[in-house]
Amino acid sequence: MAMTMTEKILAAHAGRPEVHPGELIDCTVDFLFANDITAPLAIKEFEKMGVAQVFDPDRVAFVFDHYVPNKDIASAQQCKITRDFVDGHNLPHFFDVGRSGIAHVLLAELGYVVPGDVFVGADSHTCNHGALGAFSTGVGSSDLAAAMALGRLWLRVPESMKFVFHGRPRPWVTGKDLILKVIGEIGVDGARYGAMEFCGDTLTHLTMDERFSITNMAVEAGAKNGIMEADDVVLEWIRPRARRAITVYRSDPGASYVDVREVDVSTLDPVVSAPASPGNVVSVREVGGVKVDQCFIGTCTNGRIEDMRLAARVLAGRKVHPRTRLLVIPATPAVYRQALDEGLVQIFLDAGAAFSTSTCGPCIGGHMGVLADGEVCVSTSSRNFVGRMGHRGSKVYLSNAAVAAAAAVAGKLVHPDEVVRDPVPV
Amino acid sequence: MAIRGKAHTVGHHIDTDVIIPARYLVTTDPAELAKYVFEDLDPSLRQRIAPGDVLVAGENFGQGSSREHAPIAIKGVGISCIVAVSFARIFYRNAFNIGLPVVECQDVQARVSEGDELDVDLATGVIRNVTRGEAYKGTPVPEFMLRLLTAGGIVGYVRAELARERQ
Ligand code: SF4
Repeated sequence: MAMTMTEKILAAHAGRPEVHPGELIDCTVDFLFANDITAPLAIKEFEKMGVAQVFDPDRVAFVFDHYVPNKDIASAQQCKITRDFVDGHNLPHFFDVGRSGIAHVLLAELGYVVPGDVFVGADSHTCNHGALGAFSTGVGSSDLAAAMALGRLWLRVPESMKFVFHGRPRPWVTGKDLILKVIGEIGVDGARYGAMEFCGDTLTHLTMDERFSITNMAVEAGAKNGIMEADDVVLEWIRPRARRAITVYRSDPGASYVDVREVDVSTLDPVVSAPASPGNVVSVREVGGVKVDQCFIGTCTNGRIEDMRLAARVLAGRKVHPRTRLLVIPATPAVYRQALDEGLVQIFLDAGAAFSTSTCGPCIGGHMGVLADGEVCVSTSSRNFVGRMGHRGSKVYLSNAAVAAAAAVAGKLVHPDEVVRDPVPV
Repeated sequence: MAIRGKAHTVGHHIDTDVIIPARYLVTTDPAELAKYVFEDLDPSLRQRIAPGDVLVAGENFGQGSSREHAPIAIKGVGISCIVAVSFARIFYRNAFNIGLPVVECQDVQARVSEGDELDVDLATGVIRNVTRGEAYKGTPVPEFMLRLLTAGGIVGYVRAELARERQ
């Protein structure tokens, strides 16, 4: 039977020659992780399961990213639960303040996920890693606890949808704009329970960083996973970091899809998701002029080095608007260091931005930039639900890093062309 | 497994951020989380909920983050079952894993009003509206999920799996 990439990976991990959409299967898991918010609950459930040790200490990671460095006593107490568990069980893959970053960016960067894997994380954006040609999905804490105990997880085989991107993106149009465009078209439940497979000639123009921001947001369309084939770009990126053997799966020509969508990228302008749904997608020109109080460049969606470079290109030689605040938070220590080495941090500081150590912080209205009633933020994150970044009366526009940087300079939503008037090198 | 309670209705695409905002995710205690449930949606909703009541929702209930704190907070405030047109996938799994049954039903949100008395049969997926004298046909809860519920959620299920492996 012809199968999609997703089906092939799941079949291989369920020990079956083939699987069909809708089937419940029991899958082995190659690697799993939880963060500082989801781990304590997973640990609590794990301890009730009556198992002495995790199934394989070498395949489990804990990554602190949400409320670190700890924002208050409650978050410190919560982190201590995981710190104690890691000590008690002698777990080698633990990432705490200073060596930690946002889990999805950090774990990929360090080679913990490789093409062909079944990768599971107690965080919804775990679908991020599909850009590597892996099956990667987010689960809750109890599911993670079960996988920690058994090394397996039950899954329903998802139906696949195919998205074919054609053409070369125009200047200032990034992977983020492509995924927002798709979510705007199919809606926030357009791919519910499904697998979103991304392909097409456009991908050859996209770096790994941009590809990750596409699969990262598959969950915003309700998908179980997003996935792309491990082509030369992927293999070149992953080989020097891979911690396990790589297996490349390709979808068969006759594989079946519940939907196939063609997206012409060549005419696309940068887009934003207007409040309060990632599915409210409009061209930035349509909402131009909205006054902005805060801009935030960071997160697992857009806190990578390419995003830092893009923001710096807009900010170089310019100043953040006097009535706007700009926060720039690299997703990992490696991105931080590289931004420093490339002189980008200098550009941010000269522009009047705040630059900080890796944390999810503002993305969840946690700390480091919480919004007040009525405030507007342009953010490179993935969610703009009511109250997501602070007061329930605050509003969030989701965008790419160039649009967020341009809004910071202009003090309002604008197309980056209006801030950077000289032609953009492509 | 039959459930009976008063309905509380909410809209489409209710996300986990409005169910339990991230600022309260510094505890895993159900009673503590229940104090803030639906805070950014309708802060008065939790005061109207009595133990055993049923939550009725539209499409894609529970979209967004994987926080299990969301179904825990809903269960913690006393909701015995959620009936919605559809559920976001991580929320759906999490609910059964913690022993909170949820049922999908196309008609329910359009037909049910706040305060209606509902009778939910998980195995058949039939929801009877006692107040209006109507019945709606939902999707029967899959057998595997029913087994999870009777095992007391995923913890009980894993304990059983491990016992089977040891034999
Ligand atoms: S950056 Fe935001 S979306 Fe990503 S893991 Fe952190 S809180 Fe979640």
